[in-house]
Amino acid sequence: MYDKLVYELSKNTKVAYSLPKSLIKDYALPKELTRELPLDLPEISELDCVRHYTNLSLKNFGVDQGFYPLGSCTMKYNPKINEEIASLASFKNIHPLQSEESVQGLMQIYYETSQMLASLTGMSEFTFNPFAGAHGELTGLMIMKQYHLSRGDLKRTKVIVPDSAHGTNPASSALCGFEVVTVESNPDGTVDVNKLKSLLDDTIAGIMMTNPNTLGIFEKDVLEISKLLHDNGSLLYYDGANLNAILGVAKPALMGFDIMHINLHKTFSTPHGGGGPGSGAVGVVEELVDLLPNPRIAYEDGKYKFKSTSPLRVSNFYGNSNVVIKAWCYILTLGKENISNVAKYAVLNANYVKESLKDDYKLPITNICKHEVVFDGLISEKASTLDVAKRLLDYGYHPPTIYFPLLFHQALMIEPTENESKETLDEFINCLHKIAKEAIEDPNILLDAPHSTILKRIDDVRAARFPILTYKDYLANKDQF
Amino acid sequence: MFKYFPHTLEDEKEMLKKVNLKELDDLFSDVDPSVKIKDPNELNLPLSHSEIELRRKAKKIANKNKELICFAGGGSYDCYTPSVINTLTSRQEFLTSYTPYQAEISQGTLAYIFEYQSLICELTGMDVSNASNYDGATAAMETMLMCINQTRKNNIIIANDFSPSVKDVVKTLANMHGINLIEADINNIDEYLNNDLAGLLLANPNYYGEIKDYTSLISKVHTSSKALVSMYVDPSTLSLLKTPREMGADIACGEAQTLGIPMSFGGPYLGFISTLSKYVRKLPGRIVGMTKDKEGKRAFVLTLQAREQHIRREKANSNICSNQSLMALHATIYASLLGKQGLKEVAKTAYNNMRYLTEKLEETKKFKLLNKNPFFKEALFETSFDVSKFLSYMESKDILAGIKVDDNKILVCATEMRTLEEMNEYVKLVEAYDVR
Repeated sequence: MYDKLVYELSKNTKVAYSLPKSLIKDYALPKELTRELPLDLPEISELDCVRHYTNLSLKNFGVDQGFYPLGSCTMKYNPKINEEIASLASFKNIHPLQSEESVQGLMQIYYETSQMLASLTGMSEFTFNPFAGAHGELTGLMIMKQYHLSRGDLKRTKVIVPDSAHGTNPASSALCGFEVVTVESNPDGTVDVNKLKSLLDDTIAGIMMTNPNTLGIFEKDVLEISKLLHDNGSLLYYDGANLNAILGVAKPALMGFDIMHINLHKTFSTPHGGGGPGSGAVGVVEELVDLLPNPRIAYEDGKYKFKSTSPLRVSNFYGNSNVVIKAWCYILTLGKENISNVAKYAVLNANYVKESLKDDYKLPITNICKHEVVFDGLISEKASTLDVAKRLLDYGYHPPTIYFPLLFHQALMIEPTENESKETLDEFINCLHKIAKEAIEDPNILLDAPHSTILKRIDDVRAARFPILTYKDYLANKDQF
Repeated sequence: MFKYFPHTLEDEKEMLKKVNLKELDDLFSDVDPSVKIKDPNELNLPLSHSEIELRRKAKKIANKNKELICFAGGGSYDCYTPSVINTLTSRQEFLTSYTPYQAEISQGTLAYIFEYQSLICELTGMDVSNASNYDGATAAMETMLMCINQTRKNNIIIANDFSPSVKDVVKTLANMHGINLIEADINNIDEYLNNDLAGLLLANPNYYGEIKDYTSLISKVHTSSKALVSMYVDPSTLSLLKTPREMGADIACGEAQTLGIPMSFGGPYLGFISTLSKYVRKLPGRIVGMTKDKEGKRAFVLTLQAREQHIRREKANSNICSNQSLMALHATIYASLLGKQGLKEVAKTAYNNMRYLTEKLEETKKFKLLNKNPFFKEALFETSFDVSKFLSYMESKDILAGIKVDDNKILVCATEMRTLEEMNEYVKLVEAYDVR
């Protein structure tokens, strides 16, 4: 197995670059501003570099390689044409502070994407300034807070978050200076309306909801909930992490949501990049558009223009432009005639998996699910969900999300996107049946899994107890490795 | 059939049968009809574009953007991107994978994040780094929270010579979070140096490219309060410049776009935060650590997660989840290619270029340097003419001449990418520019 760090390839005086010869004189740098610390960076050849990172890449697993049913992450196919277009020189070599006249193309892409997302969701306008889903949440909550403040309503200091929500929801609320009030779920993970009612008063700024929720269940009482909140003077925030389940089928604004974010890197096919760059586009209803963070992009008199209407700013410039371009490509490729099939096939796939596995895996919620299905571990209980996940690695799958949502102790959350064929799902289903059988016949195969990966189970307790966080730390503790 | 949906009619039928439904719409019987899209034709979307049509349309739109010879900085810099980088970062194993939760099949991502953390620490002189932030502005904002969380105080000073947009991002969060943010001239902060101070945010280089030695100021802050000092730096300068660590800062943060990342209309870029070991538990976001597998082999894994939102929810250090991982890979490959020597050469070229351009611009008598301190890559000038008109004139010559700071002030930048010929052309156009 390839097991090097780039620092370990270094040999004095090797180079992997060529720069033009300078034609101007050398100016001295003031001595008191000069670095004295030694600088230990790798010195390698260009081929050393290419081989090193190619070899590192081979230790990863991507969507192009195989089925990646990671629940709540929407690991759909990332179309190649989108990458090609986003990397056009006249999108890439553009300074963010060029004149409006010289960036009309990019502004057009931003504007059109906002319009198309608005049409799909019922919102009025979107901003692409937030860089990721959690950043979109924070931005949306800032809009919520500013809305109340601008009306002189200073008492609204709390945000309601369901106990089944992603961790980012309460974390974003706290960051935005709100107190978090948790509302308990019904056994099926949906919001308990009676409990919600008991929390409502004039201190509630709003509620954050994910719909379908993190268990993949559509909130059947959403219209009642939005009426309750609006009658209370509160706003509703839609966490778009699960938008893929209803894309082109239903609109969050029609459900009563006032603010939402969309993870373009989930629903709109842009790649996750091993943890970013993404885009947490935020959309709002008409009444809130002037609170969208600066700068906004408008279309007036046949020209795209920047405008600032809000006291809020969340990014140095306009977010991750190449992610917006890829999302624009994706929407145009699908077109209005295909877009609702995203949700339909995603939901069909999830329900197919659900019905196919319920004889071996505990299915706590039997209703129709949306884009993802949550099991609560093996019926036989001969091995844990972690063991099942690790055993899936041996069969060449990326495991589903495990131990989330927290409502079930052995949660195994499977999200097969619309891109996966019946053949792929059948193979995966057979594999999970086989693992269930192995758990009964020879549980040690699961308990010791994975067997075929380059590394065996990793000691993460040690990592936290003796943090080795840089190459320097490693050199100082080399005897322990 | 459509290229992204692999279901044949027969598949669809069999699968519907398995789930005991008649048609696809039945999958949404639990969704109230009033919230549904009745007819997709009502959507304000174009019809499906084939690849040929999409490519044609996109090129036409892209051509409405104008690539200019760039003398603008202000937080985004025209820098050298070695060809190797895109070849490697577009490998699907890096591009199409998720956050490396499943360590056994994510060692590639985890290893490069470890290398990235090492790189950032090497450049800033700090001990620990996280796996990346969204951009420089949001990184600065997060370091304000680190100061608050560490000291349990609520006053933060931000130097008034930060970039205006970075300041606005920090101010926005301070307002929302209830932090008392004081914007001040850094030569005039004595009245705030007391026990209520949580942190001081410095920019070095500042918005005008000026670089200073903050050693004595930082030492004064540390002796007169328990506050932390966070310094916002440009990592591409740190192979030459005195590091935040050498000046005594507690946190180094900033924008690492300058490590070979294209300008791309302002993003994707790369925010970073590094700090001293004793503050590691206050860092926001992902951190990768080295450990062993069951058989004793070296392995990497996400670690110290008890700081993070998925464990701590509202008590987490930050809400950050997805960050800018692929850009961290980009910067790591850049630094590996350039190495110790190359980074110094690039930085020195940028430094020399801006010094040269400044000399020549001052010789025209139409530009007056306003910087009172040494500067790197960019500088602020007073002009004898209206800056807006000058910028349009230069744009007509395919040059982005700088950033307007006010009617007679312009921020001009020359990175390692500017050639002698381009700089001389700029100066020649200034000389010929009719002030009227």
